[in-house]
Amino acid sequence: MERIWSMLADPNMQWIFLGCTLLGLSSGVIGCFSYLRKQSLMGDTLAHAALPGICIAFMLTGIKSIGLFLIGAGIAGIIATFGIGYITRNSKLKQDAAMGIVLSAFFGLGIVLLTLIQHGSYGNQAGLDKFLFGQAASMIASDVITMTIVCISLITICTLLFKQFKIISFDPGFARGLGYPVAFLEQLLMLLIVVAVVAGIQAVGVVLVAALLITPAVSARYWTDRLGLMVVLSGLFGAVSGAIGTWISASVSNLPTGPVTVLAATLLFVVSILFGPQRGLVAKRLLRKSVKQRYQRENELQLEGSIKKEAAL
Amino acid sequence: MSDFWILLTGALVASCCGVLGVFLVLRKMAMIGDAISHSVMPGIVIAFLLSGSRDSLLMMFAALLCGLLTTFLIQMFQQSGIQSDASIGVVFTALFAIGVVLVSLYARQVHLDQDAILYGEIAYVHWNIWELGGVNMGPKAVWLLGITLLIISTVIGLFYKQFKLCAFDPALAAAIGIPVALFHYLLMGLVSMATVSSFESVGAILVVGLLIIPASTAYLLTDRLGLMIALSVAVGVASTFLGYGTAVLLDASIAGCMVCAAGFLFVLAFLFSPSQGIIIKKLRIRKLA
Repeated sequence: MERIWSMLADPNMQWIFLGCTLLGLSSGVIGCFSYLRKQSLMGDTLAHAALPGICIAFMLTGIKSIGLFLIGAGIAGIIATFGIGYITRNSKLKQDAAMGIVLSAFFGLGIVLLTLIQHGSYGNQAGLDKFLFGQAASMIASDVITMTIVCISLITICTLLFKQFKIISFDPGFARGLGYPVAFLEQLLMLLIVVAVVAGIQAVGVVLVAALLITPAVSARYWTDRLGLMVVLSGLFGAVSGAIGTWISASVSNLPTGPVTVLAATLLFVVSILFGPQRGLVAKRLLRKSVKQRYQRENELQLEGSIKKEAAL
Repeated sequence: MSDFWILLTGALVASCCGVLGVFLVLRKMAMIGDAISHSVMPGIVIAFLLSGSRDSLLMMFAALLCGLLTTFLIQMFQQSGIQSDASIGVVFTALFAIGVVLVSLYARQVHLDQDAILYGEIAYVHWNIWELGGVNMGPKAVWLLGITLLIISTVIGLFYKQFKLCAFDPALAAAIGIPVALFHYLLMGLVSMATVSSFESVGAILVVGLLIIPASTAYLLTDRLGLMIALSVAVGVASTFLGYGTAVLLDASIAGCMVCAAGFLFVLAFLFSPSQGIIIKKLRIRKLA
């Protein structure tokens, strides 16, 4: 216990803690919209597609800075999005196959570039493979500051455009009728997803960062039917899992942050699926039981009534 | 000689994946293939921790269980009202995370490399030799993959008609009394088997590339199921050869190069397929105009 407190007292650790919490919060918020727009796996595809972008950014500049990686991964993510759209529109392949193709081809390219970097004469490449599973403890102050700024701006954009995102999530046709620039808003939302994914890569890793977008949103859906509350809850779930993930992975050596964060989020998901009001499994079981009891009671009353009637006759 | 074994292993992986990938693409379940290829990870790790060896039947069995568990969980969440792609996302990330945590906790005690699971080490295939009574029988991986391919082709061959109907019209299949759910789980079980026997060569993540990309390429080239399976296997094997050549030239990851080669062949088919290709279509329109 003392070790934990001393760890939290460490100013560097406080920064990392803050960064991961904010990261969970912002991905949770954006994940809600991508869940409602039925694009949950898009986050996964974009995260895998970001790998070659990061590698190319590193190869061109030779420095490890999260800002540059954001740009590289962002460009790769946008190319991936357009690739998926182009394949789906111009061939008989469906979206899932197009996503699978883009995801694995980009990831394969990323692995090739990663090995080229490792075998080549690029100095200071140590730690680049940490990107696969995330190691929050390896972040330096400037990384955390960049991440914090990115997360705060994501949350701000979502708050400001909440009404617009709400409409395009539920009824894009209606939004078009109202005169909103739907195509622009959809692209913007996609861009926000790309940014959230890329910001999360250093803390959670390429393979698992999608879970931060999906799992909190699905969990939040179990507690409420209102979008506002869902976004808040999802952000909260994301923040809690980010905090728990960083904390546990920093206290056990050799444990990457990403999987622990994802497991924390999954635990919250299991709690939600069991105990969520109305939708949760326990609530459903109870409801079924009470309906059954009421039915039996009414049946008995009816039976008694008919017996009385017969007696009267 | 090592080249021969590496190419043979690659070709076997590509054939296993090529056959199954066709059904995944046709049933619009490409992302479930992706999910299974990630979520066999805890099975692989647990079996490895229990048995201490890389190529045991236990590992195959554990991975099979994990694959079926994934399929079952995805279906359960879907029925309880979660969107299908979100339930895929929740399930496979959770299982994969368990696998990675297990590897990082026990990696120092046992000889299991995280990188080897993820990217595979096809270059080391010919060092892991199976000896029977002192006689060199060739690499273990080749035997394992050979048996897997045999099982896959036997099952698909025996129930070809049923799989075909389930792929194109599950409702009709159910109406004439084919147990659609059983065949669904059978297919998913085969996919998990293929994944676990290829993870050593191409890694758990890139298996999905060999599952989906060659099958999609074949899908663009033909409208007949039998031909599509053959083409898918052919494209897979071709990308193995092409990828290995490139990898040797560039001194880069072999598995990564194989998937890139498959992607390259897909782009070629996407542009120049005689019936579907974009450029061919454009030319045809121009000829008509």
